[in-house]
Amino acid sequence: MSRLKADQRHAVRFSLNGKPVEGEAEPRMLLSDFLRHQLGATGTHVGCEHGVCGACTIVVDGMLTRSCLTLAAQVDGCELKTVEGLAPSADRLGVLQQAFRRNHALQCGFCTAGILMSLDHYLAKNSAPTEAEIRDLLSGHICRCTGYTPIIQAALEAAAQLASSKKETSDA
Amino acid sequence: MKPPAFDYLRAESVSDVLEGLAQQGGDARVLAGGQSLMAMLNMRLAKPKLLIDIMRLKELRKIERQKDAVVIGAGVRQADLLAWPDLAEALPLVALALPWVGHVQTRSRGTICGSLAHADPSAEMPLTLVALGGEVLLRSAKRRRRVAAKDFFAGMMLTARSDDELIEGISLPVTRGSRFAFREVARRHGDFAIVACAAMKIPTGVRLAVGGVADVPTARDWPRLEGTALDDALNAFAYELGARDDVHATARYRRDLVRMIGRDLIGEVLQ
Repeated sequence: MSRLKADQRHAVRFSLNGKPVEGEAEPRMLLSDFLRHQLGATGTHVGCEHGVCGACTIVVDGMLTRSCLTLAAQVDGCELKTVEGLAPSADRLGVLQQAFRRNHALQCGFCTAGILMSLDHYLAKNSAPTEAEIRDLLSGHICRCTGYTPIIQAALEAAAQLASSKKETSDA
Repeated sequence: MKPPAFDYLRAESVSDVLEGLAQQGGDARVLAGGQSLMAMLNMRLAKPKLLIDIMRLKELRKIERQKDAVVIGAGVRQADLLAWPDLAEALPLVALALPWVGHVQTRSRGTICGSLAHADPSAEMPLTLVALGGEVLLRSAKRRRRVAAKDFFAGMMLTARSDDELIEGISLPVTRGSRFAFREVARRHGDFAIVACAAMKIPTGVRLAVGGVADVPTARDWPRLEGTALDDALNAFAYELGARDDVHATARYRRDLVRMIGRDLIGEVLQ
Protein backbone atom coordinates (compact mmCIF):
# COMPACT_ATOMS: atom_id res chain seq x y z
CA MET A 1 0.00 0.00 0.00
CA SER A 2 1.42 3.36 -0.93
CA ARG A 3 -0.12 6.63 0.15
CA LEU A 4 0.98 9.59 -1.96
CA LYS A 5 0.85 12.88 -0.07
CA ALA A 6 -1.24 15.66 -1.55
CA ASP A 7 1.41 18.38 -1.34
CA GLN A 8 4.31 16.39 -2.73
CA ARG A 9 5.32 15.36 -6.23
CA HIS A 10 5.74 11.70 -6.87
CA ALA A 11 7.47 9.80 -9.64
CA VAL A 12 5.17 8.49 -12.37
CA ARG A 13 6.51 6.06 -14.97
CA PHE A 14 4.74 4.45 -17.88
CA SER A 15 5.18 3.47 -21.49
CA LEU A 16 4.10 6.11 -24.01
CA ASN A 17 3.73 4.84 -27.58
CA GLY A 18 6.20 2.08 -26.82
CA LYS A 19 8.85 4.24 -25.13
CA PRO A 20 9.40 4.42 -21.37
CA VAL A 21 8.76 7.90 -19.95
CA GLU A 22 8.78 9.37 -16.48
CA GLY A 23 7.96 12.56 -14.68
CA GLU A 24 6.72 13.90 -11.38
CA ALA A 25 3.16 14.68 -10.40
CA GLU A 26 1.12 15.65 -7.40
CA PRO A 27 -1.69 13.13 -6.79
CA ARG A 28 -4.26 15.55 -8.18
CA MET A 29 -2.53 16.06 -11.52
CA LEU A 30 -4.71 14.93 -14.43
CA LEU A 31 -3.18 12.59 -16.97
CA SER A 32 -4.07 15.06 -19.74
CA ASP A 33 -1.99 17.76 -18.02
CA PHE A 34 0.83 15.34 -17.26
CA LEU A 35 1.08 14.35 -20.93
CA ARG A 36 1.05 17.93 -22.16
CA HIS A 37 2.94 19.84 -19.47
CA GLN A 38 5.34 17.30 -18.01
CA LEU A 39 6.08 15.25 -21.10
CA GLY A 40 5.42 17.85 -23.81
CA ALA A 41 3.14 15.43 -25.66
CA THR A 42 0.73 18.12 -26.81
CA GLY A 43 -0.99 16.02 -29.48
CA THR A 44 -3.63 15.11 -26.89
CA HIS A 45 -6.00 18.06 -26.62
CA VAL A 46 -8.02 19.20 -23.62
CA GLY A 47 -11.55 20.45 -24.16
CA CYS A 48 -14.22 20.26 -21.49
CA GLU A 49 -12.23 18.59 -18.68
CA HIS A 50 -15.22 16.64 -17.46
CA GLY A 51 -15.35 13.74 -19.86
CA VAL A 52 -18.01 14.98 -22.25
CA CYS A 53 -16.22 16.31 -25.35
CA GLY A 54 -13.82 13.44 -26.02
CA ALA A 55 -10.90 15.59 -27.25
CA CYS A 56 -8.50 14.09 -24.68
CA THR A 57 -9.30 10.43 -25.45
CA ILE A 58 -6.27 8.12 -25.46
CA VAL A 59 -5.71 4.38 -25.00
CA VAL A 60 -4.50 3.03 -21.63
CA ASP A 61 -3.74 -0.70 -21.41
CA GLY A 62 -5.99 -1.32 -24.40
CA MET A 63 -8.92 0.68 -22.97
CA LEU A 64 -10.24 3.89 -24.47
CA THR A 65 -9.71 6.46 -21.74
CA ARG A 66 -10.61 10.08 -21.14
CA SER A 67 -7.24 11.42 -19.99
CA CYS A 68 -9.01 14.33 -18.25
CA LEU A 69 -10.90 11.83 -16.05
CA THR A 70 -7.73 9.97 -15.14
CA LEU A 71 -4.99 10.88 -12.70
CA ALA A 72 -1.37 10.60 -13.76
CA ALA A 73 -0.81 8.53 -10.59
CA GLN A 74 -3.39 5.97 -11.75
CA VAL A 75 -1.46 4.98 -14.89
CA ASP A 76 1.87 4.31 -13.20
CA GLY A 77 3.22 1.18 -14.87
CA CYS A 78 0.61 1.17 -17.66
CA GLU A 79 0.95 1.22 -21.45
CA LEU A 80 -0.37 4.37 -23.10
CA LYS A 81 -1.01 5.16 -26.72
CA THR A 82 -1.66 8.70 -27.89
CA VAL A 83 -2.13 10.37 -31.27
CA GLU A 84 1.65 10.75 -31.56
CA GLY A 85 1.82 6.97 -31.91
CA LEU A 86 -0.43 6.71 -34.97
CA ALA A 87 1.90 7.74 -37.80
CA PRO A 88 4.35 5.06 -38.95
CA SER A 89 7.13 7.68 -39.14
CA ALA A 90 7.56 11.43 -38.69
CA ASP A 91 7.03 12.16 -42.39
CA ARG A 92 4.23 9.67 -43.12
CA LEU A 93 0.60 9.51 -42.08
CA GLY A 94 -1.17 6.31 -41.11
CA VAL A 95 -4.06 4.90 -43.17
CA LEU A 96 -6.72 6.47 -40.93
CA GLN A 97 -4.94 9.84 -40.88
CA GLN A 98 -4.67 9.82 -44.68
CA ALA A 99 -8.38 9.06 -44.96
CA PHE A 100 -9.14 12.03 -42.68
CA ARG A 101 -7.05 14.26 -44.92
CA ARG A 102 -8.66 13.05 -48.17
CA ASN A 103 -12.18 13.43 -46.81
CA HIS A 104 -11.72 16.80 -45.08
CA ALA A 105 -12.66 15.07 -41.83
CA LEU A 106 -11.18 17.89 -39.80
CA GLN A 107 -11.23 21.64 -39.95
CA CYS A 108 -9.91 23.28 -36.79
CA GLY A 109 -8.49 19.95 -35.60
CA PHE A 110 -9.22 20.41 -31.93
CA CYS A 111 -11.32 17.24 -31.58
CA THR A 112 -9.32 15.22 -34.11
CA ALA A 113 -6.73 13.61 -31.84
CA GLY A 114 -9.41 12.07 -29.64
CA ILE A 115 -11.53 10.90 -32.57
CA LEU A 116 -8.51 9.32 -34.26
CA MET A 117 -7.71 7.38 -31.08
CA SER A 118 -11.29 6.09 -30.75
CA LEU A 119 -11.42 5.05 -34.41
CA ASP A 120 -7.95 3.51 -34.41
CA HIS A 121 -8.88 1.44 -31.36
CA TYR A 122 -12.24 0.43 -32.81
CA LEU A 123 -11.00 -0.44 -36.32
CA ALA A 124 -8.28 -2.66 -34.89
CA LYS A 125 -11.03 -4.85 -33.39
CA ASN A 126 -13.81 -4.39 -35.94
CA SER A 127 -12.56 -4.67 -39.50
CA ALA A 128 -15.97 -4.21 -41.18
CA PRO A 129 -17.88 -1.59 -39.18
CA THR A 130 -21.29 -0.31 -40.28
CA GLU A 131 -22.12 3.38 -40.49
CA ALA A 132 -24.41 2.97 -37.46
CA GLU A 133 -21.55 1.52 -35.40
CA ILE A 134 -19.24 4.38 -36.36
CA ARG A 135 -21.96 6.89 -35.45
CA ASP A 136 -22.46 5.21 -32.07
CA LEU A 137 -18.71 5.36 -31.43
CA LEU A 138 -18.59 9.04 -32.44
CA SER A 139 -21.38 9.89 -29.98
CA GLY A 140 -18.56 9.98 -27.43
CA HIS A 141 -16.95 12.92 -29.24
CA ILE A 142 -18.00 16.44 -30.05
CA CYS A 143 -16.92 18.11 -33.30
CA ARG A 144 -18.19 21.61 -33.99
CA CYS A 145 -16.72 22.01 -37.49
CA THR A 146 -17.45 19.07 -39.73
CA GLY A 147 -20.99 17.93 -38.98
CA TYR A 148 -19.49 14.43 -38.63
CA THR A 149 -20.37 13.26 -42.18
CA PRO A 150 -16.81 13.49 -43.55
CA ILE A 151 -15.48 11.81 -40.38
CA ILE A 152 -17.79 8.86 -40.96
CA GLN A 153 -16.74 8.68 -44.62
CA ALA A 154 -13.08 8.72 -43.63
CA ALA A 155 -13.62 6.00 -41.04
CA LEU A 156 -15.44 3.70 -43.47
CA GLU A 157 -12.84 4.32 -46.18
CA ALA A 158 -9.98 3.59 -43.79
CA ALA A 159 -11.73 0.43 -42.58
CA ALA A 160 -12.10 -0.83 -46.16
CA GLN A 161 -8.49 -0.03 -46.95
CA LEU A 162 -7.20 -1.70 -43.79
CA ALA A 163 -9.32 -4.78 -44.45
CA SER A 164 -8.05 -5.14 -48.02
CA SER A 165 -4.42 -4.66 -47.03
CA LYS A 166 -4.85 -7.30 -44.31
CA LYS A 167 -6.30 -9.68 -46.87
CA GLU A 168 -3.34 -9.18 -49.20
CA THR A 169 -0.88 -9.92 -46.42
CA SER A 170 -2.70 -13.03 -45.30
CA ASP A 171 -3.02 -14.36 -48.86
CA ALA A 172 0.67 -13.83 -49.52
CA MET B 1 -10.93 22.99 -13.92
CA LYS B 2 -8.44 21.12 -11.80
CA PRO B 3 -9.20 18.81 -8.87
CA PRO B 4 -8.53 20.03 -5.33
CA ALA B 5 -5.52 18.56 -3.49
CA PHE B 6 -5.89 15.08 -2.00
CA ASP B 7 -3.76 12.17 -0.86
CA TYR B 8 -3.86 9.15 -3.16
CA LEU B 9 -3.78 5.62 -1.85
CA ARG B 10 -3.36 2.68 -4.19
CA ALA B 11 -5.02 -0.15 -2.28
CA GLU B 12 -3.34 -3.51 -2.46
CA SER B 13 -6.01 -5.34 -0.47
CA VAL B 14 -9.63 -4.81 0.55
CA SER B 15 -8.45 -4.24 4.12
CA ASP B 16 -6.34 -1.30 2.88
CA VAL B 17 -9.58 0.22 1.55
CA LEU B 18 -11.57 -0.45 4.71
CA GLU B 19 -8.78 0.89 6.90
CA GLY B 20 -8.54 4.07 4.83
CA LEU B 21 -12.30 4.57 4.98
CA ALA B 22 -12.37 3.91 8.73
CA GLN B 23 -9.62 6.45 9.38
CA GLN B 24 -10.69 9.20 7.03
CA GLY B 25 -14.48 8.72 7.11
CA GLY B 26 -16.42 11.20 5.01
CA ASP B 27 -13.22 12.85 3.79
CA ALA B 28 -12.29 9.74 1.81
CA ARG B 29 -13.67 8.67 -1.56
CA VAL B 30 -13.26 5.38 -3.33
CA LEU B 31 -11.89 5.79 -6.85
CA ALA B 32 -12.89 3.04 -9.27
CA GLY B 33 -13.32 3.86 -12.97
CA GLY B 34 -13.48 7.58 -12.16
CA GLN B 35 -16.07 8.40 -14.83
CA SER B 36 -18.33 10.23 -12.35
CA LEU B 37 -16.01 10.99 -9.45
CA MET B 38 -13.24 12.59 -11.54
CA ALA B 39 -15.74 14.95 -13.17
CA MET B 40 -17.05 15.86 -9.70
CA LEU B 41 -13.46 16.53 -8.58
CA ASN B 42 -12.62 18.58 -11.65
CA MET B 43 -15.68 20.73 -11.03
CA ARG B 44 -14.86 20.75 -7.31
CA LEU B 45 -18.28 19.47 -6.40
CA ALA B 46 -16.40 16.92 -4.29
CA LYS B 47 -13.39 17.83 -2.14
CA PRO B 48 -12.12 14.68 -0.47
CA LYS B 49 -8.84 14.61 1.47
CA LEU B 50 -8.08 11.05 0.39
CA LEU B 51 -8.77 9.03 -2.77
CA ILE B 52 -8.56 5.25 -2.44
CA ASP B 53 -7.92 3.60 -5.81
CA ILE B 54 -9.41 0.09 -5.84
CA MET B 55 -8.76 -0.85 -9.46
CA ARG B 56 -5.68 -2.96 -8.80
CA LEU B 57 -7.66 -5.34 -6.57
CA LYS B 58 -8.28 -8.50 -8.58
CA GLU B 59 -10.71 -9.86 -5.98
CA LEU B 60 -13.15 -7.03 -6.75
CA ARG B 61 -13.11 -7.66 -10.50
CA LYS B 62 -15.23 -10.79 -10.50
CA ILE B 63 -18.58 -11.52 -12.11
CA GLU B 64 -19.88 -14.52 -10.19
CA ARG B 65 -22.78 -16.70 -11.23
CA GLN B 66 -24.60 -18.07 -8.21
CA LYS B 67 -27.73 -20.24 -8.12
CA ASP B 68 -30.34 -17.50 -8.48
CA ALA B 69 -28.20 -14.40 -8.66
CA VAL B 70 -25.21 -12.76 -10.30
CA VAL B 71 -22.75 -10.98 -8.05
CA ILE B 72 -20.82 -8.15 -9.69
CA GLY B 73 -17.73 -6.86 -7.91
CA ALA B 74 -16.84 -3.21 -7.35
CA GLY B 75 -14.02 -3.33 -9.89
CA VAL B 76 -16.10 -4.71 -12.78
CA ARG B 77 -16.14 -2.18 -15.57
CA GLN B 78 -19.27 -1.56 -17.62
CA ALA B 79 -17.46 -2.82 -20.73
CA ASP B 80 -16.45 -6.01 -18.85
CA LEU B 81 -20.07 -6.77 -18.03
CA LEU B 82 -21.22 -5.99 -21.59
CA ALA B 83 -18.63 -8.47 -22.85
CA TRP B 84 -19.65 -11.19 -20.34
CA PRO B 85 -20.90 -14.10 -22.48
CA ASP B 86 -23.78 -15.00 -20.09
CA LEU B 87 -25.18 -11.46 -19.87
CA ALA B 88 -28.13 -11.74 -22.28
CA GLU B 89 -29.23 -15.06 -20.82
CA ALA B 90 -28.72 -14.33 -17.09
CA LEU B 91 -29.46 -10.60 -16.95
CA PRO B 92 -31.49 -9.63 -20.03
CA LEU B 93 -32.57 -6.27 -18.57
CA VAL B 94 -28.94 -5.30 -17.92
CA ALA B 95 -28.10 -6.30 -21.49
CA LEU B 96 -30.80 -3.91 -22.71
CA ALA B 97 -29.91 -1.00 -20.40
CA LEU B 98 -26.12 -1.07 -20.32
CA PRO B 99 -25.51 0.18 -23.89
CA TRP B 100 -27.34 3.37 -22.81
CA VAL B 101 -24.76 4.12 -20.10
CA GLY B 102 -22.43 6.86 -21.38
CA HIS B 103 -20.37 6.07 -24.45
CA VAL B 104 -17.92 3.38 -25.59
CA GLN B 105 -15.14 5.67 -24.35
CA THR B 106 -16.56 5.94 -20.81
CA ARG B 107 -17.94 2.39 -20.45
CA SER B 108 -14.40 1.16 -21.06
CA ARG B 109 -13.34 2.62 -17.68
CA GLY B 110 -16.53 3.22 -15.69
CA THR B 111 -17.71 0.57 -13.25
CA ILE B 112 -21.20 -0.75 -12.49
CA CYS B 113 -20.84 -0.12 -8.76
CA GLY B 114 -19.35 3.34 -9.32
CA SER B 115 -22.47 4.36 -11.17
CA LEU B 116 -24.57 3.11 -8.22
CA ALA B 117 -22.38 4.94 -5.69
CA HIS B 118 -22.79 8.17 -7.68
CA ALA B 119 -26.59 7.68 -7.64
CA ASP B 120 -27.52 10.12 -10.37
CA PRO B 121 -31.34 10.05 -10.58
CA SER B 122 -31.27 9.67 -14.37
CA ALA B 123 -28.59 6.97 -14.53
CA GLU B 124 -29.43 3.58 -16.01
CA MET B 125 -27.68 1.23 -13.58
CA PRO B 126 -29.49 2.51 -10.45
CA LEU B 127 -32.75 2.16 -12.40
CA THR B 128 -31.88 -1.41 -13.38
CA LEU B 129 -30.94 -2.34 -9.81
CA VAL B 130 -34.28 -1.04 -8.53
CA ALA B 131 -36.27 -2.67 -11.34
CA LEU B 132 -34.68 -6.08 -10.68
CA GLY B 133 -34.91 -5.73 -6.90
CA GLY B 134 -31.18 -6.31 -6.47
CA GLU B 135 -29.06 -5.79 -3.40
CA VAL B 136 -25.98 -3.71 -2.63
CA LEU B 137 -23.23 -5.48 -0.69
CA LEU B 138 -21.60 -3.08 1.77
CA ARG B 139 -18.55 -3.76 3.87
CA SER B 140 -16.72 -1.79 6.54
CA ALA B 141 -13.89 -2.78 8.86
CA LYS B 142 -16.52 -3.77 11.42
CA ARG B 143 -19.32 -5.44 9.50
CA ARG B 144 -20.89 -6.56 6.26
CA ARG B 145 -24.47 -5.84 5.27
CA ARG B 146 -26.80 -6.17 2.30
CA VAL B 147 -29.14 -3.33 1.43
CA ALA B 148 -32.13 -3.75 -0.88
CA ALA B 149 -32.10 -1.47 -3.94
CA LYS B 150 -35.21 0.45 -2.88
CA ASP B 151 -33.58 1.32 0.47
CA PHE B 152 -30.16 2.09 -1.02
CA PHE B 153 -31.04 5.23 -2.96
CA ALA B 154 -31.86 7.90 -0.39
CA GLY B 155 -32.17 10.97 -2.61
CA MET B 156 -30.50 12.79 -5.47
CA MET B 157 -26.89 11.53 -5.39
CA LEU B 158 -27.44 10.23 -1.87
CA THR B 159 -27.23 6.61 -0.80
CA ALA B 160 -27.53 4.52 2.37
CA ARG B 161 -23.78 3.84 2.31
CA SER B 162 -22.06 4.99 5.52
CA ASP B 163 -18.82 6.94 5.28
CA ASP B 164 -16.76 3.93 6.38
CA GLU B 165 -18.34 1.48 3.93
CA LEU B 166 -17.12 0.16 0.61
CA ILE B 167 -19.62 -1.01 -1.99
CA GLU B 168 -18.03 -4.41 -2.40
CA GLY B 169 -20.42 -5.49 -5.10
CA ILE B 170 -24.05 -5.96 -6.03
CA SER B 171 -26.25 -8.98 -6.32
CA LEU B 172 -28.80 -9.12 -9.14
CA PRO B 173 -31.48 -11.82 -9.15
CA VAL B 174 -31.69 -14.11 -12.17
CA THR B 175 -35.37 -14.19 -13.11
CA ARG B 176 -36.28 -17.04 -15.41
CA GLY B 177 -39.19 -16.99 -17.78
CA SER B 178 -39.81 -13.27 -17.45
CA ARG B 179 -39.89 -10.66 -20.17
CA PHE B 180 -38.06 -7.32 -20.04
CA ALA B 181 -38.09 -4.04 -21.92
CA PHE B 182 -36.06 -0.85 -21.63
CA ARG B 183 -36.34 2.53 -23.31
CA GLU B 184 -34.85 5.95 -22.78
CA VAL B 185 -35.30 9.45 -24.14
CA ALA B 186 -32.29 11.79 -24.12
CA ARG B 187 -31.04 14.58 -26.36
CA ARG B 188 -28.33 12.30 -27.76
CA HIS B 189 -27.60 8.66 -27.14
CA GLY B 190 -25.29 8.55 -24.11
CA ASP B 191 -26.50 11.81 -22.60
CA PHE B 192 -28.29 11.83 -19.27
CA ALA B 193 -31.80 10.45 -19.63
CA ILE B 194 -34.72 12.85 -19.60
CA VAL B 195 -36.82 9.78 -18.83
CA ALA B 196 -35.67 6.16 -18.75
CA CYS B 197 -38.06 3.24 -18.17
CA ALA B 198 -37.64 -0.46 -17.53
CA ALA B 199 -40.54 -2.92 -17.52
CA MET B 200 -40.69 -6.57 -16.54
CA LYS B 201 -43.30 -9.26 -16.27
CA ILE B 202 -43.67 -10.48 -12.68
CA PRO B 203 -45.82 -13.36 -11.33
CA THR B 204 -48.52 -10.95 -10.08
CA GLY B 205 -48.59 -8.80 -13.20
CA VAL B 206 -46.14 -6.16 -14.33
CA ARG B 207 -43.48 -3.85 -12.90
CA LEU B 208 -42.49 -0.47 -14.30
CA ALA B 209 -39.42 1.37 -13.03
CA VAL B 210 -38.76 5.00 -13.96
CA GLY B 211 -35.54 7.03 -13.79
CA GLY B 212 -34.85 10.69 -14.52
CA VAL B 213 -38.08 12.01 -12.99
CA ALA B 214 -38.08 11.59 -9.20
CA ASP B 215 -34.97 12.05 -7.01
CA VAL B 216 -34.47 8.28 -6.99
CA PRO B 217 -35.34 5.56 -9.49
CA THR B 218 -38.81 4.33 -8.57
CA ALA B 219 -40.57 1.03 -9.30
CA ARG B 220 -44.29 0.25 -9.20
CA ASP B 221 -46.04 -3.10 -9.46
CA TRP B 222 -49.50 -3.58 -10.93
CA PRO B 223 -51.69 -6.56 -11.62
CA ARG B 224 -52.35 -7.17 -15.29
CA LEU B 225 -54.08 -3.92 -16.32
CA GLU B 226 -55.51 -3.01 -19.68
CA GLY B 227 -57.22 -0.13 -21.48
CA THR B 228 -58.26 2.88 -19.42
CA ALA B 229 -57.36 1.18 -16.12
CA LEU B 230 -53.74 1.06 -17.32
CA ASP B 231 -53.90 4.66 -18.56
CA ASP B 232 -55.23 5.81 -15.17
CA ALA B 233 -52.58 3.87 -13.26
CA LEU B 234 -49.78 5.28 -15.42
CA ASN B 235 -51.17 8.80 -15.13
CA ALA B 236 -51.34 8.59 -11.33
CA PHE B 237 -47.79 7.16 -11.22
CA ALA B 238 -46.49 9.92 -13.52
CA TYR B 239 -47.87 12.57 -11.15
CA GLU B 240 -46.65 10.80 -8.00
CA LEU B 241 -43.06 10.93 -9.29
CA GLY B 242 -43.14 14.71 -8.77
CA ALA B 243 -41.55 15.76 -12.07
CA ARG B 244 -39.95 19.21 -12.16
CA ASP B 245 -39.13 21.62 -14.97
CA ASP B 246 -35.47 21.98 -15.77
CA VAL B 247 -33.24 23.08 -18.64
CA HIS B 248 -33.65 19.70 -20.38
CA ALA B 249 -37.42 19.25 -20.28
CA THR B 250 -40.63 20.42 -18.66
CA ALA B 251 -42.40 18.46 -15.95
CA ARG B 252 -45.33 17.98 -18.32
CA TYR B 253 -43.12 16.48 -21.02
CA ARG B 254 -41.61 14.09 -18.48
CA ARG B 255 -45.06 12.94 -17.35
CA ASP B 256 -46.03 12.47 -20.97
CA LEU B 257 -42.96 10.29 -21.56
CA VAL B 258 -43.74 8.18 -18.49
CA ARG B 259 -47.29 7.58 -19.75
CA MET B 260 -46.28 6.85 -23.34
CA ILE B 261 -43.14 4.79 -22.79
CA GLY B 262 -44.75 3.04 -19.81
CA ARG B 263 -47.69 1.96 -21.93
CA ASP B 264 -45.48 0.78 -24.78
CA LEU B 265 -43.13 -1.21 -22.57
CA ILE B 266 -45.92 -2.82 -20.55
CA GLY B 267 -47.54 -3.84 -23.83
CA GLU B 268 -44.23 -5.31 -24.95
CA VAL B 269 -43.62 -7.43 -21.85
CA LEU B 270 -47.22 -8.63 -21.47
CA GLN B 271 -47.89 -9.52 -25.12
